[in-house]
Amino acid sequence: MADDRRVAVLGVGMHPWGKWGRNFVEYGVAAARAALADAGVAWGDVQFVSGADTIRNGYPGFVAGATFAQALGWTGARVASAYAACASGATAIAAARAQILAGLCEVALVVGADTTPKGFFAPVGGERRDDPDWLRFHLLGATNPTYFALYARRRMELFGATETDFAAVKVKNARAGAANPYARYRAEVSAEEVLASPMVADPLRLLEICATSDGGAALVLASMDFARHHAGAGPLVAIPAVSTVTPRFPQTVIEMPNFATDSAVAVDGAGGPGFRRSIAAAAYEEAGVAPEDVGVAEVYDLSSALELDWYEDIGLCKEGEAERLLRDGDTALGGRVPVNPSGGLSSFGEAIPAQAIAQVCELVWQLRGQAEGRQVEGATVGVTANQGLFGHGSSVVVTR
Amino acid sequence: MAAKTRVPAVEGWFRTEGDPALLGSRCRTCGTYAFPREGFLCRNPACDGTEFDEVPLSRRGRVWSYTDARYTPPAPYVAADPYVPFCIAAVELAEERMVVMGQVVPGVAVEDLAVGDEVELVLDVLYEDDEHEYLVWKWRPVARG
Repeated sequence: MADDRRVAVLGVGMHPWGKWGRNFVEYGVAAARAALADAGVAWGDVQFVSGADTIRNGYPGFVAGATFAQALGWTGARVASAYAACASGATAIAAARAQILAGLCEVALVVGADTTPKGFFAPVGGERRDDPDWLRFHLLGATNPTYFALYARRRMELFGATETDFAAVKVKNARAGAANPYARYRAEVSAEEVLASPMVADPLRLLEICATSDGGAALVLASMDFARHHAGAGPLVAIPAVSTVTPRFPQTVIEMPNFATDSAVAVDGAGGPGFRRSIAAAAYEEAGVAPEDVGVAEVYDLSSALELDWYEDIGLCKEGEAERLLRDGDTALGGRVPVNPSGGLSSFGEAIPAQAIAQVCELVWQLRGQAEGRQVEGATVGVTANQGLFGHGSSVVVTR
Repeated sequence: MAAKTRVPAVEGWFRTEGDPALLGSRCRTCGTYAFPREGFLCRNPACDGTEFDEVPLSRRGRVWSYTDARYTPPAPYVAADPYVPFCIAAVELAEERMVVMGQVVPGVAVEDLAVGDEVELVLDVLYEDDEHEYLVWKWRPVARG
């Protein structure tokens, strides 16, 4: 693997997920200080701050990079802020990585944090009749779980997935999350409890749908040269690829917050890989690794059913085989390729701008052998996968 | 009491005269459809089309997938009080080769739906105030023969 595409992850840090109700800046600063301490890097040595934005916390959230930099104490570091829906954290990582690979800086800090309201994610306030996100709530009453449920029902129809399979994903992730001190939900649940929880959007039940959470996550990234001179005794973990690809026309799967798919009349999209699959494929290609190399994965289980889609979309198995992978225990801790050893969104809930960064934090702990109580054995390559609104998605490859 | 005036909940997205139909656009250059209507550049990246015809979309399609909403969606959804759950379907239109979402008419439960079922477009009341009933498109199952 060529050095020129890798950046080192010197430090990772998180503020525990929860419904703390405090200012998001507090979580971001806590995560940043933890990452700096983990890296052994002084705040004053950070040359570039890359913030992932939150859109529900006013102006400070829109300029998150500067907000965190000010809270840590102005040092003159350069700054950028990124918003890319659920992929905001990965976009902030991509910005920092590009700065480092271009030789514009040696050490960068990536931070994302959020404070969320209770209940369904709703569009931001005001009457905006030209905003599809506002309109889908107004005209359809279509919440995010509506879309997750459409995918889940489709999976049942095409591949014979059952409600028992969906519940088994939740049981698996809750078990892993119970061992994670940063997770919000830290209790094991039984399949019976999942199947007895209220139906929210048929076939998805309350315990199978990702909550909205407060939380913060941060990374200290550095050039490989800097890392070699600076790093301690442990294994050096690096990021060789960050994918933030957009869909290709025609996008034939209905995506949030749209009312309709693209029309495939003029261009036949049937032969293409589909958007979710293209996200990880681009990361693998950039990293020069194959799905078979992956020993651990963190995927965006916005619903229990969606995790099964991801098994296929990150290449762990062929289309239609995810249920078999799950039932065989391949994706559980101790299995062939554990998925969501952190407990996933199932155990965390979503803190949007922090979530894609938190996925990388978990992979770094896993590859360093520091994931106490939920450690995956022998993995040298990890991958994240994530998808959000408006054609945003991300995949990050992490290696040791 | 005078009858309430019926008005569309959104302007120009569907036909209110004659048979109800969604109003989409079709690119004059490549034929790509869009809903809601495209106005300035065709979505097809290989097409430079900037002129579109407003076209009624197929009034019938087949269910691609479906779900329901057991809990009241947040504002700006205007929910009846007490709240009545409803179904939502994503419907495949054969001629346009696209999938369009819509609520399913009241009285239909998820148990009544299946992937592949034929449905047709109707207009129905989304919400009302003292003077108006606000209309939106909904999908209605075509009786299975």
